[in-house]
Amino acid sequence: MKISSVKIISLLFFVLSAFYLYTANQIQVFAFDVNSPFNAKTFPIYLGYAGMFFAGLQILLPEKSVEKVNHKVLDYKKVIYLVIIMIFYGLTILKVGFFLSTSIFLLLSYYFLGERRWKLMLIFSFPFVAVFMFLLHGALNIYLRDPLLKYLGIIG
Amino acid sequence: MIEGILIGLNTALSLKNILMVVMGCFFGTIIGMLPGLGPMTAIALMIPITYGFDPATGLILMAGVYYGAVFGGSTSSILINAPGIPGTVATSFDGYPMAQQGKAGKALAIAAYSSFAGGTIAAIFLLFAAPSLSKISLSFRSPDYFALMILGLTAVAAFSSKGQFLKAMMMAVLGLMLACVGQDTLSDIPRFTFNNMNLSDGISFVLVVMATFAMSEALTIILRGTDPSSAAKAISLKELGSIKLDKDETKKTLKTIPRSSVIGFIVGVLPGAGSTIASFLAYGMERNFVNKEEKEKFGKGSVHGLAAPETANNAACSGSFVPLLTLGIPGSGTTAVMLGALLGFGIQPGPRLYMTNPEIFWSVIMSMYIGMVILLILNLPLIPYIARILAVPRTFLIPMILFFSVTGIYLMSFNTFDIFLMIGIAVVATGLRLYKFPMPPLILAFVLGGLMEENLRRSLLISDGSFNFLWDRPLTAIILAFTILIFSWQSYISLKSK
Repeated sequence: MKISSVKIISLLFFVLSAFYLYTANQIQVFAFDVNSPFNAKTFPIYLGYAGMFFAGLQILLPEKSVEKVNHKVLDYKKVIYLVIIMIFYGLTILKVGFFLSTSIFLLLSYYFLGERRWKLMLIFSFPFVAVFMFLLHGALNIYLRDPLLKYLGIIG
Repeated sequence: MIEGILIGLNTALSLKNILMVVMGCFFGTIIGMLPGLGPMTAIALMIPITYGFDPATGLILMAGVYYGAVFGGSTSSILINAPGIPGTVATSFDGYPMAQQGKAGKALAIAAYSSFAGGTIAAIFLLFAAPSLSKISLSFRSPDYFALMILGLTAVAAFSSKGQFLKAMMMAVLGLMLACVGQDTLSDIPRFTFNNMNLSDGISFVLVVMATFAMSEALTIILRGTDPSSAAKAISLKELGSIKLDKDETKKTLKTIPRSSVIGFIVGVLPGAGSTIASFLAYGMERNFVNKEEKEKFGKGSVHGLAAPETANNAACSGSFVPLLTLGIPGSGTTAVMLGALLGFGIQPGPRLYMTNPEIFWSVIMSMYIGMVILLILNLPLIPYIARILAVPRTFLIPMILFFSVTGIYLMSFNTFDIFLMIGIAVVATGLRLYKFPMPPLILAFVLGGLMEENLRRSLLISDGSFNFLWDRPLTAIILAFTILIFSWQSYISLKSK
């Protein structure tokens, strides 16, 4: 039996399902509900078994063709950069405010994806976000928390 | 019915809703043209915007995006042999050879007329089928609904991913598992929240759709180093030629449209089948219908070969609304996204939608006609210009998709936890995509999870914990028999090929 990446993913899913089943069994139901034909943990328990069943089949049955992914041609570096930028965006959006954090997020994303036309990059970051915020405020009446713009007196 | 049609027309013909159809068709065409980004991504990106509208307007916008994306997919299939979506692969078989012969304009025109006719004929079928089916589905009980949902999930897993049935079933189970996170609907007992308050309300549907489609597709494009906008650049440079059809071409197109519409609509109604199967089936059937001389032209620029899949895929789009509007059970990933959006509006599609929210029911049907007309008159002459707008480099396109995904979810909850959760799900989904784990079954299962548990709960409580409810009613037994048939067939195919 070949140990392919798909089988490893299936094994992980099997473990996840087993953990899910364990956690489902730990769900505290009301005393009067314990012997009920259906309570809060019934469906999750079935799902845990179903997950183990399908993952088990995928592990045990031989594969028609092994899914080959050429990792050498995949650009993991850029994806990791983008994920880090998104996490950074999530961390700053409330503290710094929507305008600055979004503009910086866009600017950094353009840069790490290989864009170097600074004029375009700047147009599609700060002014773009400003127009977007104006539309949200003006057209859809959605309030966006922005301590920086509030401090500058641009928004109320 | 006349009253319903008038209600629908009244809603659909309001200036706001016409504008939404136009916007939807335009935006859908743009996204549909980009290989790798399909209608589900387009609709997912639209959901946060629709929450600012009333449900009818929101659904009209999403339906417009759906048709636009299918049409956009055909354009890139015909002009550069790069189908934007799987449903338009069959279009490229004869559309691209026609374009190579210098008849790109004609090929686009045939595709547009066929799409228009297929969508319109199917919308007429829907007009008659939906109310009748709604009345029939009123007799459905909880066990029937539960069985129907199992059938839907199995069918989507079987048909949405050729040869990946087990992977698709694993994804469906994962979707159901995610749907169980949060408080139990009846007892309010927290489940799988790990004492995290942010999870007590469950995981947002929009978050899961954005993460598994918009965001993970953007990350996959970067990972693989592909440039979807290169397709648009190639389209914008293409000479279209005349878009006028001669008598013979018109005759051939007119012959193909009725039969392919019927095939497309029927396949679209079936759970899980969708536009891809409809277009291939129509293409194959059409080859059998035509004479020997025409048969030889297939694959070399046949008018029949182009008109058939184009008619069928649009007819299937209309057909896929039947189970959504009448049973409240989506038959495809795209309609599952729409169901999720409707549930977000507090509307439960199903047999009672016809009576409780007639304006939604009828306006969606009526907006389909309007959408088809708009696609025909707006998109056909404007394709090279739309493509030119689209020819933005991926260095700008990808950050924009990520921006709309993150902002979309942030604007809904104003909670940064949702952003981190979305990033986590998107990273996992990107990894799973690499190994061809299909995402539509996950979305369908996530949307149906709550309803499935509710119907299983009712069925088990009524039958006092016994699973006899699965075969007590003939309808439930028949539906389950179909499910077992699909499951056995898929297992047989898998084992045979192994």
